Amino acid sequence: MSRLVLMQGNEACVEGAIACGMRFFAGYPITPSTEIAEYCALRLPMVKGHFIQMEDEIASMAAVIGASVAGVKSMTATSGPGFSLKQENIGYASAAEIPCVIVNAQRSGPSTGLPTSPSQGDVMQSRWGTHGDHPIIVLSPSSVSETYTLIIRAFNLSEKYRTPVIFLMDEMVGHLREGIEIPEHIEIVNRKVIKGGQSQHMPYRIPDGECAPVFAPFGEGDRYNITGLIHDESGFPTNSHIEANRMITRLMRKIEDNVDDIVATEERYTEDADIAVLCYGGTTRSVLEAIDEARSKGIRVGMFRPITLWPFPEKELFKLSGKIKKLIVAEHNYGQIVLEAERVVKNNCSLKFTGKVDGTLISPAEILRAIEED
Amino acid sequence: MVKLVIVMKTLKTIDKWCKGCGICVEFCPKNVLGLIDDKVTVQNKEECIFCGQCELRCPDYAIFAEENNYEQAGFNARQ
Amino acid sequence: MASQLVEKYMRTEHLPHIWCPGCGNGVIMHAVVRAIDKLELDKNKVCIVSGIGCSSRAAGYLDFNTIHTTHGRALAFATGIKLAKPELEVVVIAGDGDIAAIGGNHLIHAARRNVGMTVVVINNNIYGMTGGQYSPATPAGEFGTTAPYGNIDRPFDIAALAAGAGASFTARGTVYNPAQITSCIQKGILHKGFSLIECISVCPVYYGRKNKKGSVIDMIKWQRDNSIPVEKAGKLPPEELKGKIVTGVLSQATYPEYTEEYAKIIEKVSGGINYEQA
Repeated sequence: MSRLVLMQGNEACVEGAIACGMRFFAGYPITPSTEIAEYCALRLPMVKGHFIQMEDEIASMAAVIGASVAGVKSMTATSGPGFSLKQENIGYASAAEIPCVIVNAQRSGPSTGLPTSPSQGDVMQSRWGTHGDHPIIVLSPSSVSETYTLIIRAFNLSEKYRTPVIFLMDEMVGHLREGIEIPEHIEIVNRKVIKGGQSQHMPYRIPDGECAPVFAPFGEGDRYNITGLIHDESGFPTNSHIEANRMITRLMRKIEDNVDDIVATEERYTEDADIAVLCYGGTTRSVLEAIDEARSKGIRVGMFRPITLWPFPEKELFKLSGKIKKLIVAEHNYGQIVLEAERVVKNNCSLKFTGKVDGTLISPAEILRAIEED
Repeated sequence: MVKLVIVMKTLKTIDKWCKGCGICVEFCPKNVLGLIDDKVTVQNKEECIFCGQCELRCPDYAIFAEENNYEQAGFNARQ
Repeated sequence: MASQLVEKYMRTEHLPHIWCPGCGNGVIMHAVVRAIDKLELDKNKVCIVSGIGCSSRAAGYLDFNTIHTTHGRALAFATGIKLAKPELEVVVIAGDGDIAAIGGNHLIHAARRNVGMTVVVINNNIYGMTGGQYSPATPAGEFGTTAPYGNIDRPFDIAALAAGAGASFTARGTVYNPAQITSCIQKGILHKGFSLIECISVCPVYYGRKNKKGSVIDMIKWQRDNSIPVEKAGKLPPEELKGKIVTGVLSQATYPEYTEEYAKIIEKVSGGINYEQA
């Protein structure tokens, strides 16, 4: 039987992560994600896991990768400035194919910004924050209940594709308290590993039918090398242009070739819609209220919500754009995912953006206005 | 019955790894070594006392004492 | 075929290594495996963690669980590994720039926490990989490509820095005396907690040339002539220690080891407590 509990978004993030086997957390205090660290400090030793407060954000990210290398599902959480600091090591995890989950409870930026105010200004950074071409998966929850289930999916995808997954929360969802049902059954994906000592020192050789390497964790007999340098199948650095091309192409295609498995979206009231509002994260809540209001006025409007922000759900949005007259992109920033929407919908329908950078929530009234305007 | 084990030590060099820094030549207490064409060579084999200094100091693992043990069977104390 | 030791502990297919002729990195890497061999550690349980720089390339040549991480962050990666799997023997190999400049914060905090790991610092007084810029270990008055008029920074004493931050074991050796480095690393590995062994190395190409130190042999002889065992140094006035290298085990203390302390917390709160009541 499922259980009904009252929880904060940040707490649900921790409980979901623990439920799917997260046993290592390294972090550094920063608003508005701090509760995640506090809650991990309380909860992890209860389940024989480890929490450590590191000396800074960079070290937290590094420790998380280290723990994952040792075979433990690992997570860190941060906000704004801390997310910037973690970027180099996120790229390392991408290049070395070390699963890990990075929670970013977004706050208003840039720089120190408005530390306690909501924003969705890190959408582009979550995709391209670290240098160089690299694969990444970004998921964004819009409720406490979804935070619980989606963090599990974040771990599942990270383990399956051996890539860092950014769990892009925002202050609204992180600090929101609502009643949630803890599901009785959850699907858990653990990373595939071959038994220690059997990789023949070729940890990055991908076996047939696999999408990612299958090397065993440290300490189980394989004794391979991990590096952030361009490496060949042996894990040893190489300057070969052929190997560089092979490695980066494989990393990118690991995600590209599996978008159908990775991408998740939610549509509401789109069957008969003339207008659709694209939104994600905490903004969704204002959008749904505005849609109810508009529908009561007889306006046929629906919602399109990318749950997976990156890779961007191109196919799904393109399909919808052929059926509607107008797409409104509502996001809590100066216009970020709207650029992707423009690229995808082309001239299929008209496109309008409504955003905000003053640190206050986008209200249902503002969205309703955008719906009603031409 | 006593087993007699003969330990044979030989100084080995690896040309491919030697970078010709000359550290082993300089610090050899018995002047056993030299450089020819920037590669270490054993020049006075008989003088080597197998102190191991060259092996310890070589940054490139290009010189070492190889030990081979030979067991002589059928040896007894009376012989 | 190389020596038994090299064959057993190094990935010989990747040798010769990339380091310049006479570079001290190879000597110190040899000392690391000799120490591990003497302690008869299980190769499968040893992790070598390195950062970025010349010396950090050592990880790739060693046949253990090896990870070549990001610049300065080796200690933070190592902390994660050790905490996740305390049964692993974690050895960090890092250069002076890596550990004392970009990684300086991680150094003092890892030392303070006393996480069980052995840190082998290869101090060549310069940034070698990038071509000879002054490092936090370049003596004042010496030259680097970024100190064309002489370095006006004061250098760190890396072992003293670690000890000051709470490291429970610190030692120092020179590439002139690889046997002493081996013995210090052995003691460091056996020591429970955070141990740091500062190995005074030589960079004949960037540091040596720029500062007219002569050949690598001259540099090693300088180490021989300017090293003072710690036992003897204790009896000398400070002015006689100026510019000298004090070698041996410099400090040792017993503090609670981090992963053991955390295990006690787990012991106390796991199992019995229902989190909803906590």
